[in-house]
Amino acid sequence: MRKFLAGGVAALALMTAGIAQAEPVKIGVITTLSGGGAGLGVDMRDAFQLAIKQSGNSEIELVVEDDAQKPELAVQIAEKMIQSDKVDLMTGIIWSNLAMAVVPNAVAQDVIYLSPNAGPSALAGANCHPNYFNVAYQNDNFHEAMGEYDNKDYKKTFILAPNYPAGKDALTGFKRYYKGELAGEVYTQVGQTDYAAEIAEIRASGADSVYFFLPGGMGIAFMKQYAQSGVAIPVTGPGFSFSQDVLPAIGDAALGVKNSGTWAKDLDNPANKAFVEAFQKEYNRLPSIYAAQSWDTANLILSAIGKASVKDKDAFRAALKEADFASVRGKFKFNTNNHPIQDIYVTEVVKEGDVLTNKIIATAFTDHGDAYADKCSM
Amino acid sequence: MSLALLIEQFLNGLQLGVMLFLIAAGLTLIFGVMGLINLAHGSLYMVGAFACAAVAAATGSFWLGLVASLAAAAAAGALMEVAIIRRLYARDHLDQVLATFALILIFSEGTRWLFGSFPLYLDIPPLLQGAVALPGGGQYPLYRLAIIGVGVLVAIGLYLLIGRTRLGMRIRAGESDREMIAALGIDIRSLYTIVFAFGAALAGLAGALVGALQSVQVGMGEPALILAFVVIVIGGIGSIKGALIGAILVGLVDTMGRFLLPKALALMMPATQAGPVGAALASMLIYIVMALILAFRPSGLFSARA
Repeated sequence: MRKFLAGGVAALALMTAGIAQAEPVKIGVITTLSGGGAGLGVDMRDAFQLAIKQSGNSEIELVVEDDAQKPELAVQIAEKMIQSDKVDLMTGIIWSNLAMAVVPNAVAQDVIYLSPNAGPSALAGANCHPNYFNVAYQNDNFHEAMGEYDNKDYKKTFILAPNYPAGKDALTGFKRYYKGELAGEVYTQVGQTDYAAEIAEIRASGADSVYFFLPGGMGIAFMKQYAQSGVAIPVTGPGFSFSQDVLPAIGDAALGVKNSGTWAKDLDNPANKAFVEAFQKEYNRLPSIYAAQSWDTANLILSAIGKASVKDKDAFRAALKEADFASVRGKFKFNTNNHPIQDIYVTEVVKEGDVLTNKIIATAFTDHGDAYADKCSM
Repeated sequence: MSLALLIEQFLNGLQLGVMLFLIAAGLTLIFGVMGLINLAHGSLYMVGAFACAAVAAATGSFWLGLVASLAAAAAAGALMEVAIIRRLYARDHLDQVLATFALILIFSEGTRWLFGSFPLYLDIPPLLQGAVALPGGGQYPLYRLAIIGVGVLVAIGLYLLIGRTRLGMRIRAGESDREMIAALGIDIRSLYTIVFAFGAALAGLAGALVGALQSVQVGMGEPALILAFVVIVIGGIGSIKGALIGAILVGLVDTMGRFLLPKALALMMPATQAGPVGAALASMLIYIVMALILAFRPSGLFSARA
């Protein structure tokens, strides 16, 4: 039955692609392929390319460029893609500070941008835009879920995030739902690799738990150092701190840690089964949440291409807004501000054989939107 | 704020400083002897970390990995010197910067090609796992204490090497007058290769030691390199002693700044603003210190060429 369903999904994708074969579509993908954050961008790119490849639509052309996690570089690439490559759609940016540098300018030039990861609050509220679709989450979401879940176990939490838009959104989101006391609130540098000073403060703070948001290499460094520090206070975090791209490098220090996310590889729906299997077969590794979101972004685009011409912006925007695709997250629809309404889960890091991965243990929110949608007048 | 916390933060600053010294020592040595600005020094640091992680994963022994990191970084350094760097000594600094910047890209992409974009796993050896008790009731990770120990040993070793051995004598002679020691019949080419490989090995050692604490990934060298440059500019370019003092100064200022600035600001403004503002100020602090030192001592604290 499962095989049959998976086959059905693939066939459906092929069919929708078949309808639109006639029209060429150019998609600009700006993502992080070098430097410390490359693991995230590579997963994003690989999943996106695989989804397009599986669709069999040969008229879609991808222009993939590396932003090296530098906002100024991302801006230049975006200008080039819009002015000289004349892309129809753009996607790919992982980091909120880069999204803030690129997205407002791109959407103002009537290019549709679909975010596969970053969801800064500044673009979700009063500054929302009809050309901006967020297929991942609003930045606060994962943290809101963990704040809500931590109410159950903890009374006094020490919170920690990098000093950039997503870091501030993270702690704002956590505090929005967390009812306990804060033992401390610390902002670290983006790209920081040594957390000895922060860990010393955690030790002295008298906290009963630590909540941290440190994506990519930052989280690896923090968890390894924390495990060695002799501090026994339990940690929780958003899924980014314990996603598949960083788990192998953190090692057993991550075992048993609870974290939040909209996706895990054991999420039980046919689209997800097909995705995990295809990704593993193609790249010989487990996909991360970045890959899952990117896969959804590609399939959303494919669904809209099947319904409308990308040259007819109004029709294409309406087709995107319908979100008529099989999301690996199960339920997915757009809120009034073009940000997702979706379920958010709590997962726990477990070991399957030799491989560390996440397993869903609870649902934190059902059909959760974001706190900024009311301010968006679209 | 307890005494234990202060002691712990002081040790953290010291440990960061020692780590920076291991990277900066090689950089300043190479600049002092050969007059070469080597931007690819951070790549050698990365080579050390990757060699250690790969060998530790294959053999299960961190110590073999550590030996491999020294060997791999020294070999990469020697190869680099013979193949490319040798042609740059007579050129001006801009050419050196361009060529060694190209080397960063080659090393990064080469490493990505070999190992992939995802961070490697490297853990602390069982012998150095865990924390030890500090006076005042605190605890401190044993591994970080070990790093401080390694740094002190390397500093003493370098002092003896430069001051007491024939090789050290040649290095000092090379610093003050290259033509003259060549004229005296010393093989300056192989001396340069030895110094370069030695500096590279120090960077590789630092990479392996840090790799066990952080994440071993492509691009890990560049942030370390920037700090190492700050250290040698503060310490005086070419001076090992300056590198040691500069490194510890930077380590302490950075750690204490991150620790104390948000707290100090919290006395003046609401806590929610003090956090981000303090963090932003703390990240600038070492550059402010560098600017102040350069304003009063334009060639650094202990310039070899003063």
